[in-house]
Amino acid sequence: MSARHQRTLALPAYRPDPDGTHPPLDSPDYRSTALRHPLRQPLTLPQSATEITGPVLGEGRIGERDNDLTVQHPGEPVGQRIVVHGRVLDGDGRAVPNSLVEIWQANAGGRYRHDADVWPSPLDPNFDGAGRTLTDEHGRYEFTTIKPGAYPWKNHHNAWRPAHIHFSLFGRSLTQRLVTQMYFPDDPLFDQDPIFNSVPEAARNRLVSRFDMNRTTDHWALGFEFDIVLRGREATPFEDDDHDH
Amino acid sequence: MTTSSTLPSTPSQTVGPYLHIGLTWQDGPFVVPEGTPSAVWIRGRVIDGAGEPITDALVETWQCDEHGRFAHPEDPRSAEIGSGFRGFGRSDTRSGDYGILTVIPGRVPDRSGVLQAPHVDLSVFARGMLHRVVTRAYFADRPEANAADPVLSTVPDDRRQTLLARPSTDGYTFDVHVQGERETVFFDV
Ligand SMILES: [Fe+2]
Repeated sequence: MSARHQRTLALPAYRPDPDGTHPPLDSPDYRSTALRHPLRQPLTLPQSATEITGPVLGEGRIGERDNDLTVQHPGEPVGQRIVVHGRVLDGDGRAVPNSLVEIWQANAGGRYRHDADVWPSPLDPNFDGAGRTLTDEHGRYEFTTIKPGAYPWKNHHNAWRPAHIHFSLFGRSLTQRLVTQMYFPDDPLFDQDPIFNSVPEAARNRLVSRFDMNRTTDHWALGFEFDIVLRGREATPFEDDDHDH
Repeated sequence: MTTSSTLPSTPSQTVGPYLHIGLTWQDGPFVVPEGTPSAVWIRGRVIDGAGEPITDALVETWQCDEHGRFAHPEDPRSAEIGSGFRGFGRSDTRSGDYGILTVIPGRVPDRSGVLQAPHVDLSVFARGMLHRVVTRAYFADRPEANAADPVLSTVPDDRRQTLLARPSTDGYTFDVHVQGERETVFFDV
């Protein structure tokens, strides 16, 4: 606890995710992975200060209406209004507070406002499909939006992505950074979707939101709950030699 | 440790082809503000297993400032950092290259107190990648620091050059080869 203490950080360590958590980068049924997965095994990088810190963003980056995708234009978007809410937790069940959550999605007809999306479904002049918010002190977040439609893609004949919302989370460290997709319960398109099914079977349901009657509002919106878990810390924080005397 | 109380992590999914809708920031490339005297551009391509540039990728960078300070509450010196330094950069590859404006980071110790060479951590996301890959850019014109770096020393000799950013006209070039003969070294963090 001396001058040297200032030059080193008290370094916590984040637990690795066990096998069976994330999809393999080499997932042949999702054809675009073929040329985009490393062939060599990753090396282990002992977490140093660079990895156990990370961008803490949000202040000044969130506009007042950024968590309501239905009020970003003069008119209302077409589609089923929904509230998507949940908590961002770490692997020990602790809330991840004041942390940036970014989402993007297709409109009700399954069309993205993006140059590269050209399938014959109309754009909605009142819907951009981008949102961001900060978790509160209990790790809670909430978006109001429109239920996205399914959309076709070229992976195989008659391939359709189940309805989903893309989520980007920062947590509190580089090790916790996560980009994922949230799905809706009981989607009949799950079986034929190689992206959803790239996730090891036991972990797939973690990507499916829960219909939430409690957050469904009479004559207004359906509620869906989606909790997100980022990596937890090792129980015993690493102590370096400087702290031993 | 009570493993019974641990929650399993949410799985990763690809950013898909429309990532720009949610992940593009106008100021994304600026780890430091434009006009910072010691600023350099780090630019490069993300290249697939056929040698083609991936133009729908996103590169995110994270680093300390020139004095080894992280813009993060866990760093006791974070309060000393100038207000313009964000530490974080984000750039897509629609133009063929990613690019971030930054400064060469200071040297920070690893867990056992051994000083690391200046480095920038990179996460790469793209359509066709179901999980990010993470690598580090070191600076080719810092050979002495690099030779003593505890992470570089774990990398086989013949692959170490994949982690070196090379001097260019306005900073450094650092290409990421996702797959293939020149495949970049990636790390489990
Ligand atoms: Fe999508």
